[in-house]
Amino acid sequence: MRGFLAIVRRDLSLAVRQGMDSVMVVMFFVLACVLFPFGVGPEPNVLARIAAGVIWVAALLAAMLSLERLFQTDYEDGSLELLTLSPLALEVVVLAKIVAHWLTTGLPLIVASPLLAVLMNLDAAGYPYMVLALALGTPSLSLIGGVGAALILGSRRGGVLLSLLVLPLYIPVLIFGVSAVDAAIGGFEAKAQFLVLGGILLAALPLCPWAGAAALRQATE
Amino acid sequence: MTIFAGEGLVCIRGERTVFAGLDFALGPGGALVLVGPNGSGKSSLLRLMAGLLRPAAGALTWGGAAVAEDPEGHNGRLHYVGHLDAVKPVLSVTENLLFWARLRGQGAAAPDRVAAALATLGIGHLADLPGRFLSAGQKRRVNLARILAAPADLWLLDEPTTALDRASIAVLEGAIAAHRAGGGRVVVSTHADIALDGAAALDLADFTLRPEQVFAGIAGTGAEAEP
Amino acid sequence: MFNRFANPNRFLRLSRPLVPVMAWATVLLMAAGLYMTFFTAPADYQQGQSVRIMYVHVPSAWMGLFCYVGMAVAAAVGLIWRHSLADLVAKATAPIGAAFTFLSLVTGSLWGKPMWGTYWVWDARLTSMLVLLFLYLGYMALQNAFDDPERGFKASAILVLVGVINVPIIKFSVDWWNTLHQPASVIKAGGPSIHPSMLWPLLVMSLAFTTYYVWVLLLRVHAEIAASKIRALRMRQASA
Repeated sequence: MRGFLAIVRRDLSLAVRQGMDSVMVVMFFVLACVLFPFGVGPEPNVLARIAAGVIWVAALLAAMLSLERLFQTDYEDGSLELLTLSPLALEVVVLAKIVAHWLTTGLPLIVASPLLAVLMNLDAAGYPYMVLALALGTPSLSLIGGVGAALILGSRRGGVLLSLLVLPLYIPVLIFGVSAVDAAIGGFEAKAQFLVLGGILLAALPLCPWAGAAALRQATE
Repeated sequence: MTIFAGEGLVCIRGERTVFAGLDFALGPGGALVLVGPNGSGKSSLLRLMAGLLRPAAGALTWGGAAVAEDPEGHNGRLHYVGHLDAVKPVLSVTENLLFWARLRGQGAAAPDRVAAALATLGIGHLADLPGRFLSAGQKRRVNLARILAAPADLWLLDEPTTALDRASIAVLEGAIAAHRAGGGRVVVSTHADIALDGAAALDLADFTLRPEQVFAGIAGTGAEAEP
Repeated sequence: MFNRFANPNRFLRLSRPLVPVMAWATVLLMAAGLYMTFFTAPADYQQGQSVRIMYVHVPSAWMGLFCYVGMAVAAAVGLIWRHSLADLVAKATAPIGAAFTFLSLVTGSLWGKPMWGTYWVWDARLTSMLVLLFLYLGYMALQNAFDDPERGFKASAILVLVGVINVPIIKFSVDWWNTLHQPASVIKAGGPSIHPSMLWPLLVMSLAFTTYYVWVLLLRVHAEIAASKIRALRMRQASA
């Protein structure tokens, strides 16, 4: 546990000092959403209709932006080899790095989402559901993305490849995340959607660090 | 007396057999110097000993128990110094080293140990400097301070003298001697001279296959399959 | 056992005679299947002649899924037992499976035109197949993204194992999403009430597609083995 926290703390202080990563992610998130009124027109009811979907898609793309760097810098400066050789199980190392990634990208996205909900004219009844759905969904995005980030280490085309690998796997989270918000706004029960989102998170929590560790082992070989 | 040993090790990189049938044994306080031309597999052997690579055949044992059975336990008793120094540019030297020391279970004593390690390598004055201001030689010494800051039985050093001047090499030799005097063991690959008393030399060239042997299997495949 | 490709000898010896057998089986089964599709299978009372597209669409969709699962099994064997042949099988299967998936999308869209009046509708089955196609494309891109073919094998093997766990989840969520937005699916292939006159051509075509897969798979694996021999000879030149 001490090792786990040491890694989380290190990655957080790296993120803070290298600076701006979180800020950039949030800026991208806001900017991507702001493009939509220009694309589909500013009618409030049109925007309200697509708000949940747009916010989720933008969050998903923003979370993916920073994924490429998750293991890349450690891979390039030799830290990854030493992390692999630490007495900690590699799965724990991967989980710690993913937790740090979520704290620096997923969490700021959640904090920024109500602002976007206002801009996109989302029904006010949907705000808490939006935040809750993002809180349940974004950790899964970081977990699944972490596997992709580990797989592309040392490949010829990192970022584009990563999106090709990871985006199809994000579809279930997207579907249930959006539907949870839409259902709540429409006055329906959204419990099923939240249960599925939670289920996906519970399944990803052990599986993704395991797959990510396997990917790192073959990358440092 | 626990022996770190390898038996019948075969290493294949890509589709090339780097070495085959390699045996070694290393007792407490022992030192092994890997020599051989470029590409003979010195780095590969060290990575194999560290567990970063899996041998294609053969086994590594520690005190008779297979290393592959308990990789985390093996990690806990070794330090590896590779070609890269793993110094984060935005963290200070002390922060860099504290992280690695804490990762290896050093708790409250970690700051003292890190300071002592920096002093031993003569870079105590760099303690608060961010990594990005360090020269190659200083980074290498920070990396070597890392292995002093948390004790481990086995040191695997891949060309540790790279970027070091004569004086620093002497310090390293002293550190290795002290480590061995305390029962530690060390494996070093090197081009430069490094003085280690009573070290056994392992010439990788002895285990490198001739090109005919390396590719015999593959070429034979073709000859046999196509009548 | 000094190199990973020491064992294809026996595989080559055993599989070479299979190639013409599979080729002939494919030709004969395909001819029979097409004959049944066009002459013995009945036209649908609602969909008319266009229902005959089903006999290509459904088997290719099945094969698309089958190939992905096959790839996952081969990848697992390659990862766990480090069997070089399994890696080659997984690699060789990917483009074939992707082609089947693509074929099912094209035929599905052609079938959709007379049914829906448009070439593409976000129908649950078609959408799932589209996601499957992306999974294939990601796999092939990752496979080819490394200079060391060994890395490509291992990384893509992990990816396909992650993917195969996700396939049912994606299928479930797409079905769920679809019922939410548009309740009825037009394509109702299979089902318990299918008439034997429709079942037989479907089975024969599926069999033809399977033998075609085995045939092309063998050809591709042979080609991969030949390519690895060439690489070995090049390296021999380099080090001689």
